[in-house]
Amino acid sequence: MTMQSWLQVGVTLAVIFLLSIPVGRYLAAIVTERKTWLDPVFDPIDAAIYRLIGQGAASQPMNWKAYTCHMLATNLFMAILIYLILVFQDYLPLNPLKLPGMAPMLAFNTAVSFITNTDWQGYGGETTLSNFSQMAAITFPMFTSATTGFVVAMAFIRAFIVTDGGANLGNFYRDLVRFTTRVLLPLSLVLAIFMIWQGAPQTLAASVVAHPIQGGEQTIAIGPVASLETIKHLGTNGGGFFNANAAHPFENPTPLSNWLLIGLMALLPSALVVCFGRMIGKPRQGWVLYGVMSALLLLILPVTIAAEQDGTPMLAKAGIELQATAGQPGGNMEGKEVRFGITQSGLFGVITTSFTTGSVNSMHDSFTPLGAVPEFIGMMLQNVFGGKGVGFLAALVYGLIAVFLAGRMVGRTPEFLGKTIEQPEIIMVSLALLIHPLVILAPSAWSMIEPYGLASLSNAAMHGYSEVLYAFSSAAANNGSAFAGLNADTPWYNLALGLVILIGRYPPIIFMMAVAGSVAAKPTLATTIGTLRTDTIKFGAFWLGTILVIGALTFFPALVLGPIAEAFAMHHGYSY
Amino acid sequence: MLGLLLPALRVSLVTWVLCGIAYPLSVTGLGQLLLPYQANGSLVRSPNGTILGSRLIGQEWRGPQWFHGRPSATTASDPDAPGKTVAAPYNAAASGGSNLGPTSRTLAGRLVAERRAAEAAEPGLAGKLLPADMLTASASGLDPDISPAFAALQAPRVAAARGAPVGWVAALVIRHTQGRTFGIFGEPRVNVLELNLDLLASQPPRRGS
Repeated sequence: MTMQSWLQVGVTLAVIFLLSIPVGRYLAAIVTERKTWLDPVFDPIDAAIYRLIGQGAASQPMNWKAYTCHMLATNLFMAILIYLILVFQDYLPLNPLKLPGMAPMLAFNTAVSFITNTDWQGYGGETTLSNFSQMAAITFPMFTSATTGFVVAMAFIRAFIVTDGGANLGNFYRDLVRFTTRVLLPLSLVLAIFMIWQGAPQTLAASVVAHPIQGGEQTIAIGPVASLETIKHLGTNGGGFFNANAAHPFENPTPLSNWLLIGLMALLPSALVVCFGRMIGKPRQGWVLYGVMSALLLLILPVTIAAEQDGTPMLAKAGIELQATAGQPGGNMEGKEVRFGITQSGLFGVITTSFTTGSVNSMHDSFTPLGAVPEFIGMMLQNVFGGKGVGFLAALVYGLIAVFLAGRMVGRTPEFLGKTIEQPEIIMVSLALLIHPLVILAPSAWSMIEPYGLASLSNAAMHGYSEVLYAFSSAAANNGSAFAGLNADTPWYNLALGLVILIGRYPPIIFMMAVAGSVAAKPTLATTIGTLRTDTIKFGAFWLGTILVIGALTFFPALVLGPIAEAFAMHHGYSY
Repeated sequence: MLGLLLPALRVSLVTWVLCGIAYPLSVTGLGQLLLPYQANGSLVRSPNGTILGSRLIGQEWRGPQWFHGRPSATTASDPDAPGKTVAAPYNAAASGGSNLGPTSRTLAGRLVAERRAAEAAEPGLAGKLLPADMLTASASGLDPDISPAFAALQAPRVAAARGAPVGWVAALVIRHTQGRTFGIFGEPRVNVLELNLDLLASQPPRRGS
């Protein structure tokens, strides 16, 4: 990495870190319903919404089962609504290009994908969706799916602080409304204007016909881009308005907009960790987790940027300058934009997979093999900060296992935040942990055997396998980015990826909510000299080690077959 | 059961109206009011009002007298064979990259072909290292920019084709070179459409003067 590159990365990460502290405090104030200076603005709005939902429903205490059921029912209704809009978009307004309704299988895949914060796209936005669909079926769940992940994490944290045995882990509707109106909506509204200022269009027109100087016509797709783009990153969603996603100059016009989008992806997941520390009244514990996640990020981030700057033998053979110079970026620029170069592309690629957003500003399919490995790792571990709420829960899955292992090693009762962690919790946590590799590895293997799986590959040999592994990792992690050469709009991939997305999302949440219910029913033990402390650097290192060992044991063989084998083949000059 | 389903249905509809309709429409209203140029796609017009393109969207340039953009991998549906696609560089109605990986033989073949084409147009390039963005396709297929090195490389060709001094064309390139934001973020770049339009609008100084 060049000095210039380190500077770009360093300044970006420093700003994210500094912002996550006040934002984390604000989040904690919202969740614990402490007063903020914005209350006079938002209280009347929220009150009106509670009346529409039903006063009783929006104020009843919910235990873990009620909370989970209300969350699932709401997600189900939203998914049906999205599905209907997509299938019947030709009967709905704001469709000047007269685009037909979406095919049912693709609409199922898309509805499932957006309601779960995955935003996997088996279609090209500008050629498939009307502006009404982009707003009412795509922008809409970008808010609610982020909120769902966030409020579930909040209910989970409350399990460790309530004193009523878990009868009240909060009210799902109240949490949902407060997070939407007090965090996502105002931030999106302001920053969408910033995105327009940078050049993102925001219009109800669908296309403009230009007449270039050299003759002919250029039809330019356009639409309400800025409003989608902002919440897409703030909510760690990732589904693009255009096929090229955030690489499209309308979605991401300048280095400054790119920088803002990176910041938006990272802001709330990192602030959530600070919020966690404050909610449980043990900021040190929050910082230990923050440290574990940051260590993972810093471990993988330079790999991508360095590998992309190194380029490939194929580029060298074509006589391309691989060293960065004052006048050109060097490195592997296939599938990258000049305004972002190597550093902003690599940084974006790792952030989008670590914080499981899934937006891309460069084509990951064209990355060097080693440059793509950190992206796989981000999605496979899910807790290099991770997506809204869910990444936090994934980190706690590993944390509870670390507590259990450490407790067993030193012969003490495993304890986390004053609650004993025993067999029932560990069974639930293990189930939550094992679903993820199962839904990545099994369907990947299946796709590599069957002709209908192999027919979709656009690259050969190891790289073709990487396309499939990436797709299922992305679906299971609810990430949504792709090695986009894979033709995913086939019955097999629409169905298989749709199911993987569902299984990757809801069962782990349900298992973790069951852990919350179980933990909340236990008495809180006082910290004594015999307690195995979890808010120390030593335990943080053990937590990190647990993630790395379990993650490596689970996924390393799958990576060896794909990008790692390809890296060796590439350096020996093979092509396929 | 109704106690579960009714509020779930209601909250779905309320958030749908709020986030899926009111929010994007408010942003549209504000954008059109405050920043109409950007909100409508940063369109570049000729003096008589014809839309020449968008300053953010690249175009295909042919002939030695213009600066060329990067290779574009965008496609369009084949008019002769439904369901198939044909190459259509800078198709701003269907963005995308090549998605070819680092061990793809197709990519290797394309790079060699592009190198040959570049050398055929400009024999002086033979044996030289070329800027990293010159032979590689962008992610969107619509990259409006090229690197300053790629632009500088084209200046002599453009100058010769226009019968203008190289120094004058090179000065135009420098004038259109944008640095990093705050000196830190992104990469230096040259907007091809703006550079070519300036080439068209400005008069080169007479030879010898």
